[in-house]
Formats: sequence, C-alpha cells, structure tokens
Amino acid sequence: MSNKSNLVVIGNGPVGHHFLESLVQSGKSTDYNITVFGEEPRPAYDRVHLTAWFETRDAAAINMVEDGYYPANDITLYTKDKVLAIDRSAKTVTSESGKVLSYDKIILATGSFPFVPPVPGHDRENIFVYRTIEDLEAITAAAEKGKTGAVIGGGLLGLEAAKALKDLDLETHVVEFAPRLMAVQIDDGGGKMLRKKIEDLGVSVHTAKNTKNISDGENAVHKMSFADGQELEVDIIVFSAGIRPRDELAKSSELKMGERGGIVINNQCQTSDKDIYAIGEVALWDNKIFGLIAPGNAMAKAACDHLTGCGDSEFAGADMSTKLKLMGVDVASIGDAHGNTPNSRSYTYVNDRDEVYKKIVVSSDDKYLLGAVLIGDASEYGSLLQFMLNKMELPSEPEGLILPQVDGQSTGLGVDALPDTAQLCSCMNVTKADVVCAVEAGATTIGDIKDATKAATGCGGCAALITQVLNNQLEKNGVEVNTDLCEHFAYTRQDLYNIIRIEKIQSFEVLLEKHGSGLGCDICKPTAASLLASCWNKYILEKPLHGLQDTNDYFMGNMQKDGTYSVVPRIPGGEITPDKLIVLGEVAKKYNLYTKITGGQRVDLFGARSEELPLIWRELIDAGFETGHAYGKSLRTVKSCVGETWCRYGVQDSMGMSLLLENRYKGLRSPHKLKMAVSGCTRECAEAQSKDVGVIATENGWNMYVCGNGGMKPRHADLFASDLDDVTLIKYIDRLFMFYVRTADRLQRTSVWMDNMEGGLEYLQSVIIDDKLEVCAELEKEMSLVVDSYQCEWKSTLDDPERMKRFSHFVNSDQSDDNVVFTQERKQIRPKSKNESIELVVID
Amino acid sequence: MSNIDQQVAWIDICKSEDILPNMGRCALFENEQVAIFRVIESGVEKIYAINNHCPFSQANIISRGIVGCLSNKTVVASPLYKQHFDLATGQCIEDEAISVKTYAVRFEGDMIQLAA
Ligand code: SRM
Ligand SMILES: Cc1cc2nc3c(=O)[nH]c(=O)nc-3n(C[C@H](O)[C@H](O)[C@H](O)COP(=O)(O)OP(=O)(O)OC[C@H]3O[C@@H](n4cnc5c(N)ncnc54)[C@H](O)[C@@H]3O)c2cc1C
Ligand code: SF4
Ligand code: FES
Repeated sequence: MSNKSNLVVIGNGPVGHHFLESLVQSGKSTDYNITVFGEEPRPAYDRVHLTAWFETRDAAAINMVEDGYYPANDITLYTKDKVLAIDRSAKTVTSESGKVLSYDKIILATGSFPFVPPVPGHDRENIFVYRTIEDLEAITAAAEKGKTGAVIGGGLLGLEAAKALKDLDLETHVVEFAPRLMAVQIDDGGGKMLRKKIEDLGVSVHTAKNTKNISDGENAVHKMSFADGQELEVDIIVFSAGIRPRDELAKSSELKMGERGGIVINNQCQTSDKDIYAIGEVALWDNKIFGLIAPGNAMAKAACDHLTGCGDSEFAGADMSTKLKLMGVDVASIGDAHGNTPNSRSYTYVNDRDEVYKKIVVSSDDKYLLGAVLIGDASEYGSLLQFMLNKMELPSEPEGLILPQVDGQSTGLGVDALPDTAQLCSCMNVTKADVVCAVEAGATTIGDIKDATKAATGCGGCAALITQVLNNQLEKNGVEVNTDLCEHFAYTRQDLYNIIRIEKIQSFEVLLEKHGSGLGCDICKPTAASLLASCWNKYILEKPLHGLQDTNDYFMGNMQKDGTYSVVPRIPGGEITPDKLIVLGEVAKKYNLYTKITGGQRVDLFGARSEELPLIWRELIDAGFETGHAYGKSLRTVKSCVGETWCRYGVQDSMGMSLLLENRYKGLRSPHKLKMAVSGCTRECAEAQSKDVGVIATENGWNMYVCGNGGMKPRHADLFASDLDDVTLIKYIDRLFMFYVRTADRLQRTSVWMDNMEGGLEYLQSVIIDDKLEVCAELEKEMSLVVDSYQCEWKSTLDDPERMKRFSHFVNSDQSDDNVVFTQERKQIRPKSKNESIELVVID
Repeated sequence: MSNIDQQVAWIDICKSEDILPNMGRCALFENEQVAIFRVIESGVEKIYAINNHCPFSQANIISRGIVGCLSNKTVVASPLYKQHFDLATGQCIEDEAISVKTYAVRFEGDMIQLAA
C-alpha cells in the first residue's frame, strides 16, 4: 500500500480534464492515486467545438487529451464506465462495471444533459439531442434518409444544431417557444435582426411556438403540433431546450442541492461534504449554474488550488458575456443586455442595409457600460467587454463606441488604458499582463501569443483585442509595426495591389511616380513585379519589368551559394516518360550538372553557370520541357499519387487532376510560393494536407483542404469543402488563390495568412463559397486572365536573341567566372569550399 | 578634360546600351571583376562601378543585385543574402567594417569606360 491518498474524478468532460491538467501542472499529482471515470467511450473532447466534428467526422479532430498524457502522469482512466453510487460513510464509489474504489477526495465533474420536455411523442425514433459525438453520428446517419429537420429551441445551442442540419442538406426549421431567438442573451431588436439574417440563410424560424405533440406525419416522419393549432412536418427533430445539471449522484448521496438542481458549492468548489468537490456545469454557485467553459475552467483551478494548497484562487462567479458566430452571423451579448438595471440608458444603432444591430446599455450618468448586444458585426466586443469588466470610464459620448467610424477618428478603447489584470481571454484566463509578458519573451505575432499563452484558442472571441494589445506592446518596444512596404511606398502590399488594379498601372515607373518616392529597392521592386504579374501576367523580362526581378527570376533559376544556378524543369504531377527522363540525364551529363530528385517529385540540376543556362534550356525546351518556376514566388509543384489508374485503393484519377491543376496554375505569381497535391484516396500518399491547397479523392468527388504548410512551422491543412465535382473544385481554387493574391502580405504563406485572418477558416469559406464579399466573379475573371496568358518564360526568352546576351558572365569577355570551382563527391560535382586546399578523398 | 582624366588611362569596356538602365553588368578589367551599374536618378543618368565580389557570400555576384536607394544613398542589394552596398563609396550599409572597392567609370560617347 502506498501512502498516497486516493483521488477519484467522476466525469471526463472538458472541465474534468482541465482539472487534471491543473493538477499535473501544480506538480502535486504524484501525491495521489488518481482514478477517473468517464461515461462516454472516449477521453475528454472539446465540446465547445463539437460542431467541428462534422468537418472531418473524426473524433480525433476535437480530442483534448494528448495520446499518452494520462498514463505518463499515472492517471487511470476508465471510459464507458459510469459511476453509479457514492457511499459517503464507507468512502467508496461504485461503477457500472462493478468496480468499488475507496476514496479520500472526489471531484464531481459530471456536467449536464440536454433537457427534453415531456411532450407526447418526444421519445419517438429519429428524435435527437445535441451534446455528444454519438449524438452527431446518429443525426448524420438519420439525415442521409431524411429531407427536413427541425430544432426545438432557438437558443445558442439550438442555432448551432440548426447550422449542422443545414450543412447536412436538410431543409431546416427552428422552433422557439419565446417570441424571439436567443431570448436569454439578446434583446428584442437584436433578436429581430438575427432572425432576418438567419432566414436569409434559408433556415425557417418559427417563434412563439409551443410544441404540444409529436406524432406520425403524413408527408414526413413526424408531425409537430403547436399550441396555436399550426403544424409542421419534418423527418428529424433535435431538442435543444436547455440543459440540466447531472446531479443524480449528489441526490442519492444526499449532498446539498439547489431547489432546481445543481450541487451547491462554496468559493473553493467544495460541496456540503468537504471531501467532495463539484466543478463545471453540474455545480451551483450563488444559486447559479454556469453553462460556459470559462467558468468551468476557473472552478477547476480553484478546486485544484484548494486541494493541493498550491494556490489560492477562488471561484467568485463569472461574467456570462459571449461572442459567437452562429451560421456565420456574428452575435455578441455582454452583461445586462436587456437594460434591466434601474435608470440605465441605452443607445442603439440599426443598419438595415448591412443588417447590423448594436446596442449599449450604460449607467444613468453615461459613465459606465452595463451591457451590450451586437448582431451582424461584433468587432467592438472586445473593447466593450473590457469597459464593463474593468469599470472603466466611458468617453463623453458613449454612443460613439458603436457608431460607424468617421475617417481617422477612433473612439474605441485605448488598450493602454487597460489595467494589467484585465482578463483579455476568458476561455483560457489570460490577462493583459500575460500577453505583455509573452511579447517581452519574444512573441511578435498572434500565432506566437497563442502558442505561449493559449489565449484566443477557445471560442476565439478575444482575438481582435489580443492583436491590439500585441501591436501596442510591440510599438512600445520600438518594434516597427509600421506596415509600409518599405521607405519608398507608404502602403501595404494589399494597398498597392488595389492601386495597380484600379488605376490599371502597368509599370513600376508609373507606380513609383504616382505613389512612391526615391528609386525603389530590393523589397518594393520584386513586390511590384509580382503584383504586376498577378494582375496582368506579362512576360516577366519584358522591358522595363526585367529590372524589378530578383536575380532568381531574372536568370530564371535559383542562385546557389557560389553564384551558379539550378535548373528545374516542370514535371507536372511527377509523371515523366522514360524518353524525357533520358533527356534530363543526357543534358545533366553533357553540362556536368549535379542531379537530384527533389522533395517535390521532380529533378533538380545544380551548378549551371549563367552563360550555360540558355544552352541547357534550349535542349530541354526542344525535348518538350517547360520552366518549373522553382525560382518564382509562384506555383511550384502539384504532387500526386498514381491514383485509381494503378492503385488498388484509388477512388479517383488523382494523376489526371494533378495535371489539370498544375497546368492551370503554373506561372501564377503570388505573395509567396504555392504548393499543391492530389491524393487518390484517404490514405493520402501525396501528403496533400501539408500543402497550400490539398485535394483528396472521395467516393463522390474531391475533398479540398487549404492553408497547409510544411517548412519551418508545419501546419496541417483545414478541410474547406467536401465531395466537390471537378468544376466546383477548380472554381473554389481559382477564387481562393486570387483572394490570397489580393489580401496576403509579402512573403506570407497561405498558412500564416489564414492564421492571421480574423474569422479564420469560416470567414474564408464565407468569402469563397458563399461569396459574402461579392467578389467571386471578379476573382474568377482575374484568374482566367492569368491562365489564358500563360507563357513559358524560358521559351519566350530563348526566342529573342537580344535577350540571350545578358547571360554571359562578363559584358566584355567570353570567359567564365573563375571563382566557380567544383570538386567531386559521390561521383557528382559540388562547389569547392573556400578553405578546401587538398582535394577531397572521394568515398563511394 | 580635367587633369585627372589626363593622368589616368580610360579603357573602353562596352557600349552604353549593353547595360540596361537601372541594371548592372559585370566587366573584366585588368583581371578584376567589376560590377557596373547604370542608374537613372531624377531623370539624370548616373554610372557607378564597384567590385563584383560579395564579401559575405564569397561569390562574384554583385552585378546581379537589384539597384535602388536607401535613405538617399544609391545602393545595390547583393542577391544572395541581401546586404546593401553604397554604389558611390562601396560601403556596406549593414556592416560598417565592410566595404568593397570602387572604380572610376564614365560615359564617353556611346561607350562606357573604366579607369584604374
Ligand atoms: C530542391 C528542394 C530540396 C531538394 O533537394 O529536394 C528545395 C530547395 C530549396 N528550397 Fe525548399 N526545396 C524543395 C522542397 C521543399 C519542400 C517539400 C515540398 O515542396 O513538398 C518544402 C516544405 C513544404 C512547404 O513549402 O510547405 C520546402 C520548404 C522550403 C522553405 C520553407 C517554407 C516555409 O513556408 O516555411 C524555404 C524558404 C522560403 O521559401 O522562404 C525553401 C527554400 C528553398 C530554396 C529555394 C532556398 C533558396 O532560396 O535558395 C532552395 C533552392 C532550390 C533550388 O536551388 O532550386 N524551401 N522546400 C526541393 C524542391 C522541390 C521542387 O521540386 O520544387
Ligand atoms: C454544441 C455545443 C456548443 C457549445 N458552445 C460553447 C461555446 O461556444 N462557449 C462555451 O463557453 N461553452 C459552450 N458549450 C458549453 C460547454 O461545452 C460546456 O460548458 C462544457 O462542456 C462543460 O464541461 P463539463 O466538463 O462541466 O461537462 P460535460 O462536458 O457535460 O462533461 C461531463 C462528462 O461527465 C460524464 N458523466 C456524467 N455523469 C457521469 C457519471 N456518473 N460517471 C462517469 N461519467 C459521468 C458525461 O458523460 C460527460 O462526458 C457548448 C456546448 C455544446 C453542447
Ligand atoms: S493515396 Fe490512395 S490512391 Fe493514392 S497511392 Fe496512396 S493508397 Fe493509392
Ligand atoms: S475568450 Fe474565448 S478564446 Fe479567448
């Protein structure tokens, strides 16, 4: 027997897991034998992002417990094993599988369950709730057979469930008992605007509807009958009528409970039995249940601190303000959203054209913010919340906070004014001081801040504010957050793109004269060259464009460390005939080039002197090769597997698709290089999920993944759209690439671009798929211009004898650069290093 | 012609048109590699010459860099690691301790000439 005490954690939801993490972090976990019981078949997953399960239909995507984390910390987890009883006198717990464990301390983290009102017919088949992965699996299976669905309950979770039904291609209805949607969080005006926006998305909203009965339908599975006599027929029903604490264990073991359920806790999260703590949605504090993740996490921390004595945090209630994106609609509610505080004043801004509703509730003297509702545009959420939480005095005309900004005026909150203790991210409990601290330790991007503090990794509602604090701090530290491209242009890359498009500027000279100063430099010249190419796609060495190109683009090869260049012909999809392969070998042999298969499924020939480049390319082009743009900030390769043509698992012709893609996008100049891949089935041999755009074949078409990256900071691509046909796939990629070209920073890969984009993946989907910005037609047009005007730069160059002159090393001599010296290694050349006096001994 | 011109021997290197405006080319001059740049500054054509050897990469590549200006100095960016060199003085902008040799250069008729 060890002298450790026995700690039993009941419930392995997000809060139970957060408790375990806090315990491990405190360093005291080794004082306990820790046993965890979870009723669900898998370790804790991120319920807040439950809906994200649909993206991959893979539970791993929302898993919260890293592989091996529990065993590594000596935590025993029993899944699918519900605790049935707590015997407080014998100090034991009994589980469904028959385990009886004695305990010293218990943590109850049993969460809550969805409330299903006892309407007659509520227990029919094809009626669901929306709480677990199993629920979603069941809904998905049912949706395959049904056409229509209804969600009963128009609250926050109900609308989320409705989105899921809509995405499953069901004709979707939301049935709400109250006269408006989200009655708890938002006011009448906000509810109206939200309703309009949701109806625009094709979801029918029925408010003030009391469901009395559910029975067999005539044209669908169910018939719902309402108190007002109306009826609605649907195939699938999802109840989302509120949650109730899972307090059954407390009831049977006679812990103190609230009148309407919930286990009563004190500020340390102890129940009426000091050896039993309760945290998360099951706990009742000050007669309140907290149905959000942030307060649950705060309780977990308080319980852990009290248990271990390692800290002294207490749970002292929580702010229930929320910001969400429901069906792509921004919705936020802060504090006293309804203006219930006596004598409070409110200011409202309604914009019917853009479908935006904003209201603030302030104290009678206009000094303090009490609450707010934002629909359609919640960009002020972060600063408003801070005004309220920190009781900061409002500007003299507080309505300015929600009115559209007149040019140059900023009425928002100066982040400087925020106290260090201000909690910026409530999900992860990150304060301003934490963010500042991370910046001092070297963080310079929102991505760095996420890594260092976890801020903005929960609901994401705080991202904009965190970015402001980050930039403010960087500025203070003298780090330039100046977004000017360089000293010659007081514009960002994106500004210049728009200028070039709108004014139809064709040359750097005109751009500089009209909008810049000086002679330009090695930053703005290549940037302008890339922008001009993205817009007009002229031959890059046309005069005077040629002077803007980096040496790699100018010589159409990557300069190596010794001043020689590489030669990388395009080998679309990695497919090559034996004859062409022989040509590559012969050319490499003739010009004595180092030869290597690249990581991008093609062949790289190194060590070509500038004067040899045209000769080498002449031979390659005559043999049917084209430039591979290995030097350009442009499409590199579209990697592919063999696909269904050969592979026993392939479900589509991945090879054919990759050729289509590579030939379509070759030559597109972009903010940074672009890489793609196509896999013939889910085994993913082409590693498409590490590419800017990855395509994976499905039985029904193609899944499109976006913004993946290998390289310095690998990032898995996100699933963007599923089961696309060829035409739609191309359409989305056209739009995506052109939108990237328009809006990314210089040398910003798509991964970083998306990570820095407010709204992230969802926003990108709304722009590319739903055409939220109404730019898709333009984007497609722009892409077709680029596609139609493709030319092989090497071919165009060789066709013009004038241009051949520039490849000689000397303007006045035919000699070669004597500084280029090779030695042999493994039977091939390599540059001789400067201090290599003796010949290398060649080992092979 | 000034006195200096009479003392030094100017040698024809190439035609002016062999070097395109705002670009550089490398010339072989008394066994040294010289990067010559034609730069249009406020409508006036200027010509510069500095050594072609990049002290950072040890490669002969300066002539292939992009020409521009930084705080009113006319510079070239070495194409491998992008350090800038003042074309008038050969001084490296990023590292005070480093500079490259400069050469006397001029247009003479339609020729470009270098002097030792
Ligand atoms: C030749 C090759 C390595 C090899 O021997 O296999 C290579 C060579 C170079 N890579 Fe790479 N990369 C090569 C595949 C990759 C891959 C793998 C892939 O594409 O599947 C990656 C990771 C995937 C990715 O990009 O997401 C890769 C990530 C990088 C990065 C880091 C990019 C990033 O976002 O972090 C750089 C640096 C940069 O671009 O700023 C880089 C830059 C370079 C440069 C251009 C460095 C330079 O500026 O001189 C190298 C010169 C190539 C040349 O002279 O032709 N290379 N490089 C591969 C050429 C593939 C091709 O056929 O075009
Ligand atoms: C679709 C959806 C969207 C949401 N969106 C947000 C959001 O945007 N922001 C936000 O803050 N919150 C959101 N929430 C709420 C958030 O998920 C909850 O606040 C959080 O899950 C509470 O965590 P918990 O661990 O207390 O409870 P739960 O997540 O319910 O976990 C409790 C676990 O205990 C298990 N259990 C229960 N009884 C026993 C027993 N006797 N023995 C063993 N195991 C038991 C349960 O099976 C469950 O796995 C959302 C919830 C849902 C369903
Ligand atoms: S991804 Fe699938 S189809 Fe392609 S090679 Fe691999 S297993 Fe075969
Ligand atoms: S507030 Fe939810 S992630 Fe920061």
